[in-house]
Amino acid sequence: MSAHPAKAQRVGMEVSIAVSHAVQMARAEAIAAYPITPQTHIVEHLSSLVANGELEAEFINVESEHSALSACIGMSAAGARTFTATSSQGLALMHEILFIASGMRLPIVMVVANRALSAPLSIWNDHSDIMGARDIGWIQVFVKNGQEAYDHTIMAFKIAEHPEVLLPTIVNLDGFILSHVVEALEFIGQEEVDGFLPPYQPRYRLDPKKPVTMGAFAMPEIYTEVKFAHQVALTNSARHILEVWEEWAGLTGRRYRPVETYLTEDARVLFLTMGSLTEVAEVAVEEMRAKGVPVGLVSLRLWRPFPFEALREAVKEAELLIVCDRALSPGGPGGPVHSEVRTCLYPLETRPATVNYIIGLGGRDVPPEAFHDILAQAQKEQESGPSGEFFLYGVRG
Amino acid sequence: MIKYTKPLEQTTWKEMEVGGVLTVPGSAREYRTGDWRSQHPVWTKSRCIRCGVCWTVCPEPAIVEEPGGYFDMDPNYCKGCGICARECVTGCISMVPEEE
Amino acid sequence: MLEIRFHGRGGQGAVTSVELLALAAIHEGKFAQGFPSFGPERRGAPVLAFLRINDRPIRLRCKIAHPDVVLILDPSLIRIQKPAADLKPEGIIVLNSPKDPAEVRREFGFTHRLALVDANTIAREILGVPITNTTMLGALLKATGVVRVESLEEPLKERFGPLAVKNFNALKTAYERTVVEEARS
Repeated sequence: MSAHPAKAQRVGMEVSIAVSHAVQMARAEAIAAYPITPQTHIVEHLSSLVANGELEAEFINVESEHSALSACIGMSAAGARTFTATSSQGLALMHEILFIASGMRLPIVMVVANRALSAPLSIWNDHSDIMGARDIGWIQVFVKNGQEAYDHTIMAFKIAEHPEVLLPTIVNLDGFILSHVVEALEFIGQEEVDGFLPPYQPRYRLDPKKPVTMGAFAMPEIYTEVKFAHQVALTNSARHILEVWEEWAGLTGRRYRPVETYLTEDARVLFLTMGSLTEVAEVAVEEMRAKGVPVGLVSLRLWRPFPFEALREAVKEAELLIVCDRALSPGGPGGPVHSEVRTCLYPLETRPATVNYIIGLGGRDVPPEAFHDILAQAQKEQESGPSGEFFLYGVRG
Repeated sequence: MIKYTKPLEQTTWKEMEVGGVLTVPGSAREYRTGDWRSQHPVWTKSRCIRCGVCWTVCPEPAIVEEPGGYFDMDPNYCKGCGICARECVTGCISMVPEEE
Repeated sequence: MLEIRFHGRGGQGAVTSVELLALAAIHEGKFAQGFPSFGPERRGAPVLAFLRINDRPIRLRCKIAHPDVVLILDPSLIRIQKPAADLKPEGIIVLNSPKDPAEVRREFGFTHRLALVDANTIAREILGVPITNTTMLGALLKATGVVRVESLEEPLKERFGPLAVKNFNALKTAYERTVVEEARS
């Protein structure tokens, strides 16, 4: 790849490769990973960078994702800036270790190239993998394009390692739809990254000279208190996340918010999206506005901690909120995002009606036309009173 | 076992170390496993050859060497498991119920 | 925005072509988006690759359903994939074929603008192998002018190292030999 990450520059690059350069510029010291489509290019390129001496890091090859995250825990506990990446079945195989990483408050950064779960076997994108890991106690961010993937990968280290945060952090990027696209990105210079992200200063680390015990066992008398301390830390991380994002905005001009809005002024109907659906929805909303339909878009960037107040503020004037999920909760209320959004809005005296559409499962293409369709359907549902808990858009039969 | 300066049931979430880290090494020492004991080893010094096998096999380790090279249990930590008595080369250790 | 869809077979380099052209456009200061028809690519199986080029950031994250250009690396795909079926009326077909335009139109029923080049012959002459992906980029540039020919030089160098010169020559030769014919009603 053309980019020499030492200087600020505009590059054309596959997004996965850009993410691996973000990890390089963040000076990650320890990586353990196992390849899985569509995340493979990220760790493959990182292993080349390490092998070529372009990144001074320990790269541990492992035989599974379970081992990958276990090794990351050990390296992070030893005080190293630690990175891994995975997708789908790999994230599922990590599951028990995900809780250990957050319970031990280790600031590991992981990029998840979101992908559907088997069966049936699908290597394509949806959010089933990360929604199955909703309650793992990590900070979770979604990105909508390659630039954001680069930005948030670097910022994730600073957030995770913040002394008041100390929580592992996931950057979700849509598999293939983002991970395998060659596009234009702005890199900032190595010096700027170094100024933004100083070396990791662990609060505790495994050190024979000053022994500590990590991951000890907790009696019922104390487990609840430890869990609540974790919960409070995750909730309170929101303010530090914002500080880091603001600092990045000062550096790059790119400003991120937990809940972002697009053309929501006077909008009676709002779409809510996450990840790469957001950009497609922006295009659709522009087209609708051009036809005089007062529609806007709200996107959730921060999934954990959930931005309750920001979301309430963003949607309070709307009459109808169309929540677009990219995962299904079989036998449940539809999509996990909709469930949480509805919970968030429930205490409000006046709130928009919500309708839930599940789209883009297992790599199903979502063009702007899908949003036009959904708008028409949702307005009909709202008029007649919703005929179901949720709608699986485009399902045949 | 997470142990803080206060008794566990009085410790609040605000007093938790980040991630439940135990910052004092060897804090398990404060946990007196000797309370679990229903029997304890007794050495018959006349048959003891001071080989130290009991000291080696004690899982706690709760056997201490005394002046002269003989051994005895540490009552704070000996759980009374009896492994020392079973493994003693000369059979000089016998397990005696606590109440006697 | 120009939307181009590449039709090829696994192993013919359609995805590489898309990447090279995306990089060339980005080096010119434009915005571009190049991506494969995601999936388990198998050698010989029909594949698609997509390319969008624009002066502004590109926010579409879906396949190209109604392209401005279809580029066909392998004419044997026409009957299978029907690449022109959803091409915009003002769109252009860029085809690798030794035949003349009239014959191609007769054979496949094409009515769109048509850019033709015998890329197999050029690739054999210059590269020594009938791999036409970089050669066909020359035809695409002739048909659309979407980037400057020189802009491909750097991406080719990075991708092919010492083989870049031959690939660039094949591209330039195809650029010169490509015949563009207007649409027929």
